[in-house]
Amino acid sequence: MSRVFVPLVFVALVLFASAPLVVANAPFEQTMGLVQKIFYYHVPSAMLMFVSAFVCGIASALYLFRRSAVADRVAVAAGELVVLFGLIVLVTGPLWARKAWGVWWEWDARLTSSLLLWMIFVAYLLVRRFGGPGSEKLAGAMALFGMANVPFVYVSVNYWRTLHPKTSVVMTLTPGMRGAFWFCVAAFVALYVLLLTVRKRLEDRRATVEQLYLATEE
Amino acid sequence: MKKTVLLLVVLTLLPGAVLGARQTAQPPATQEEFVPVGALPQPEQLPAAPLVIGAYAFVWVALMVYVWSLWRRMAKLERELADLQRRVQKQ
Repeated sequence: MSRVFVPLVFVALVLFASAPLVVANAPFEQTMGLVQKIFYYHVPSAMLMFVSAFVCGIASALYLFRRSAVADRVAVAAGELVVLFGLIVLVTGPLWARKAWGVWWEWDARLTSSLLLWMIFVAYLLVRRFGGPGSEKLAGAMALFGMANVPFVYVSVNYWRTLHPKTSVVMTLTPGMRGAFWFCVAAFVALYVLLLTVRKRLEDRRATVEQLYLATEE
Repeated sequence: MKKTVLLLVVLTLLPGAVLGARQTAQPPATQEEFVPVGALPQPEQLPAAPLVIGAYAFVWVALMVYVWSLWRRMAKLERELADLQRRVQKQ
């Protein structure tokens, strides 16, 4: 493990463990009250779902067009994290919606497109797992398609009629809320980098095991 | 005649009732910004605390399960790697 890894683990854990305290000190929102505090975990998770989809897509493109094995391993790692953070978004969102909108779910543009994005990457992982030899290329193409969806998911709240708050809520946060929000974003980003590093290392190990299997068979 | 009057009354009142029901069922308008306040405005009918606690608990549980999954997979691969290295050395 590199010398950066241990400090990264420490930073990620400290930030993430102290995030609830920071959120507790943030002010309540006028319309939604306490339930709005789900925002401080929901939005960073959504941001990382989008970032991970881009990482997976770009790494897949490098694998498809430059045959980079390392890029393929990064793509798998990022694909798993899209599903993980997407699951967090899709569970915390309805918990917030139940109180704010009176319903668990609405088939509006943002929610539906987020669910579809998540399902694309679930399909990506299923193809990688069960597709057999050569499925990496098909999965890579799926990752590119998933990455192309991200801008549509992001702008959906601005261009379609939807219950979901618009993207302007983040830029118009007051100082009390802004500090807590960006602290949580930093905590989630540190955690994401850590998880991506560990997951990619798992793929490196898997590649080493496969090479050794081939060596023993020869 | 009475039936006609009754039918007319129902037909007059029905659109109003439907419209009223639709207005009360309409979801809130889309928010474009969050407005902070110092304290909670009034007692809430649907308690928010279980939802907030549930959301945070789910995040923690999901991350812990994923980390455990990574650890388990890594341990399995390390065992396979050690076994293969022994076999390669024997050859």
